[in-house]
Order: sequence, then C-alpha cells, then structure tokens
Amino acid sequence: MTSLNRREFLGTSGMATGALAAGSSLQAAPRIAVAETVSVHFVVNREARSMLVEPRATLLDTLREDLGLTGTKKGCDRGECGACTVHVEGLRVLSCMTLTAMQDGKHITTIEGIETATGLHPVQAAFIDHDGFQCGFCTSGQIMSAIAVLAEAAEGWPSAATSDVTRPFTTADLSPSEIRERMSGNLCRCACYPNIVDAVLAVSREG
Amino acid sequence: MHSFSITTAADVDDAVRLHATEHGLAFIAGGTDLVGLMKDRASRPAQLLDINRLPGMSGIVLLADGGVRIGALARMSEVAAHPEIRRRMPVVAEGLLFAASGQLRNMASMGGNILQRTRCSYFRDGDGPPCNKRVPGSGCSARHGINRHHAIFGWSEGCVATHPSDVAVALVALDAVVHVRGRDGERAIPFADFHRLPGEASAADTVLGPGDLVVAIEVPARAEASASHYLKLRDRQSYEFALVSVAAGVVIEGGRIRSARLAMGGVAHKPWRLPAAETNLEGVELTDVKALENAIAADFADARPLSDNGFKVELGKRAVLRAVQVAGSRA
Repeated sequence: MTSLNRREFLGTSGMATGALAAGSSLQAAPRIAVAETVSVHFVVNREARSMLVEPRATLLDTLREDLGLTGTKKGCDRGECGACTVHVEGLRVLSCMTLTAMQDGKHITTIEGIETATGLHPVQAAFIDHDGFQCGFCTSGQIMSAIAVLAEAAEGWPSAATSDVTRPFTTADLSPSEIRERMSGNLCRCACYPNIVDAVLAVSREG
Repeated sequence: MHSFSITTAADVDDAVRLHATEHGLAFIAGGTDLVGLMKDRASRPAQLLDINRLPGMSGIVLLADGGVRIGALARMSEVAAHPEIRRRMPVVAEGLLFAASGQLRNMASMGGNILQRTRCSYFRDGDGPPCNKRVPGSGCSARHGINRHHAIFGWSEGCVATHPSDVAVALVALDAVVHVRGRDGERAIPFADFHRLPGEASAADTVLGPGDLVVAIEVPARAEASASHYLKLRDRQSYEFALVSVAAGVVIEGGRIRSARLAMGGVAHKPWRLPAAETNLEGVELTDVKALENAIAADFADARPLSDNGFKVELGKRAVLRAVQVAGSRA
C-alpha cells in the first residue's frame, strides 16, 4: 500500500463516507437549490487558474476546497482572527471576507507561494529562529501579514502607533510597539506574540 | 451563506438604474461588512452588484484650495497613507488608522466605511432576539438588555445602537460632503445630514434611498484640520471598536483657542457633533484645564445614558478634553 499523508488519508476516508451516505436514506433529503456559477480567471502563486464558482464562495473556501491550498487556515471565518490572510495584488487581505467571484484578473499569493528559489522566505526563517509559534495554526496568516507589514513600512505607511502621522515613516521606525499594532489583526491563542514581534523586528533590521 | 447572484454594471448610471429597479439588490465594494452580515444572516440580499470596477469612483484628488476629494472606492489604507491627507488633515488619517486591522483597511472602501452597519450584537445576529433595525417593528432588545456599547445621545425607545465608523467622526468634524449619484443625477449631502437618528423607524442608517450610490467624499479646507487629532478609547488597545472616540481640530492664537471643531463616535446613531462646546471653547486658554472642562461639559447635559453605559458620560468629557489638548499641541 502506498503511504498516505494525513490530509490524503482524511480526504480518502471522507470520500468513502460520502459514498456510503449516498446509498442511504440521506439520498431522499430535499435538494438544495443550485446557484448559478460565475467564471473567474486569476493567478494564484504565479499559476493561471480558470474556474467556475458559486457567487457565495469565499476566496478562502476556493483556495482550500477547490485548489487544495490548505496552508491558508479558516479560524473564525468572520474577519476577526487573521488566520486566512493572503495577498491580493500584493496587499494583505482576509480571504474569508472576500468573494472569489470578485477576484477576476487578480494576482493572489498564499503561504504556498512565498518560498524563494533558495529556500524559505526570510520571514519564515525568522519565525523558526525566534520560535514564533507553538501549535502553528495561525502561523501562515501571521507570516503573510508580517511580509506585508514590512512592505507597508517600506512604502512609508504610518500606523495607529505612529505618534506623528504628518512625518514620513521609514522601516527604521518599526519599533516593537509599531509591530504589535500592525500585527494586531492576527490572533495567536498560544500567545506567541513576543516571539512573533522579535521575528518581524529581526527581518526589518536585516533590511 | 444564503444563495445569491452577483453582477456588474457598465458605469455608475447603469449601477444606479439597477439598484433602483432590481428587488433585493445590494452594492458590494470591499465586502468586509456585508459578507459578515450575510454569514450571520443579518442581511440576505438576492443579488449583489460588484461596483469595484466602476469608472470614476477611485482615487484621491487634491483640491487647489487645500481640500481633498476622496473617491468612494479608495481603500482605507490608501487614504490613511496619503502624505497630503496626513499633512493637511491628520485627524482623517488617524481616524482610519485606528480602525479595524491592516488587512481590513486594505479591503474596505471609503464609501463602504461610512455605510457600515452598527455593531449592536442584537442586530448582527440574524437568528437573534428582536431588533427594529433588522426586522422593523420587532422591538429593541438592547434598550433594556446588554447596552454597555450603546448610545447616550439621540437614541429612541426603538433603537439605541451606535454608528461604528471612526473616520466618519473626523469627516463630520471637518464639514465633509458626501457626493451621491441617484436617479435624478448627482447631489451633495453635508456629512452631518448623511446619517440619521433612529426616531420612530430605525431600519435606515442614512438618508440614502433606492438607486443612490456614494461616489465620493469631499473634505473642504478648514483651518482647524491641520492641528487635529483622533482619540479612540476602547476595551483593547488595538483592533476594537470605540467605547467613545473624539475628533478634534483647533485654531490657536496667542495660546487661546480661536475656533474648534469637535465630534464624537461611539455615543449615538450617527457621528455626534458638539456645537455648544465648539462655541464655548472660543477664547479659552489651552492651558486652562478648568475652563476647558467647563466649555466641554455643555453638550453632555443632553446625555441620557442606558443601564450599562453611564460611564460613557464622564469618559466622553475626559476624552474630549484630551483630544483638544493634543490637537492644540499640534498648532
């Protein structure tokens, strides 16, 4: 028997359960109205994709369920925890709060798409070096957010922790309090916050 | 989520026509509020119209007189980062930066921000207890329920909800104008008249009707804008809605306040202006705390706190004082 990883095993056994259910009385359950589908063409992790989706499909569900990109996590599914953070057109967004039908023509990057030719993204490496996670569930969202935080600071964006927004902001101004504020949309229930701040700070100092 | 269809429009006029004629059609831009409401069954539009690609609604235009015209589709983060908005009207940049999270600010549009629905949890739970805003005529569960976050000014027996936007507080203080395209063309609505009080019918948050689409927000040049500050007080230091917030802008001459602009968030169904305090502050020395306190107290005589939010009266007075002091220090 070929070896299965955990996700493949769950997927296979799930299909078996589905097949059993189809033969049972569940078959007689009332049909749910099938919505019209919308055609979407976009680029995910540098790969062009064309698909038909229901209007109500969130980008998060499309990434996970249809494209198999399960590195992006579903935490609250209400825009409160940040676990589903991905980049659309280079900007960090919450994939649970946006509809796939609205992503036509967009360039999307997920945690699966940030590795470089030479290995881990510097932010990934820093999270390992600084022990920036315990259970790891929020980590992909934390890393996608952190990469964007560094880009936003380089662009000169101020934050609510910036004492004088009228002055130009530079990466050198990224203090621990600035990083805490800018990362506040990503919750970590293992409370690895101090180590996450250290990791982001370290990458910002490396320039 | 319930099943719905999604469509686009060729231009603004087409979008306006569809909204006026199609039953159950809602505009969607960033979606950060509407998608959450749909997930919680508090809103069930039959059809969404994606307005993100409509021409002429994006961008930030600097006006020669010192004002700014902000397209309704401009994203919160884009406006907050704009160097000239930060310089000309820091209260607007701060109002945006103190709201939501970095991810949400990249998604949420300016038009959607001022149209966001209340955070009242009785309203947000589509399967929850009565709410006149969600189901007109069903009653208000917050009036004698859990109302710590609710209004102290301008509420009615039928609704005690507050408006959640931060930047709206800054915009009303600076006399911004909302440009709306409707069936009869474009009209300009003064920001103070854009949101409404609940009164007898609390379902509507604003004066907009079928076919109305916010296309831009214009912030005029005001002398008080450059020495301004947004102060937000909340249960968490970040990523939380306001208990009370204050937008303050002042002109200082010889150590005294020549003119002041003040508005509060988290205290009413709409961004709440403090006209008496503005008048009373004229001529007051910025360092005379007692005189500042007396001037500010006037508007709070109208406060009618609920069972759980009496603290907002004193917190509000102190927040206004602090915001005026910080704004004054920037003059």
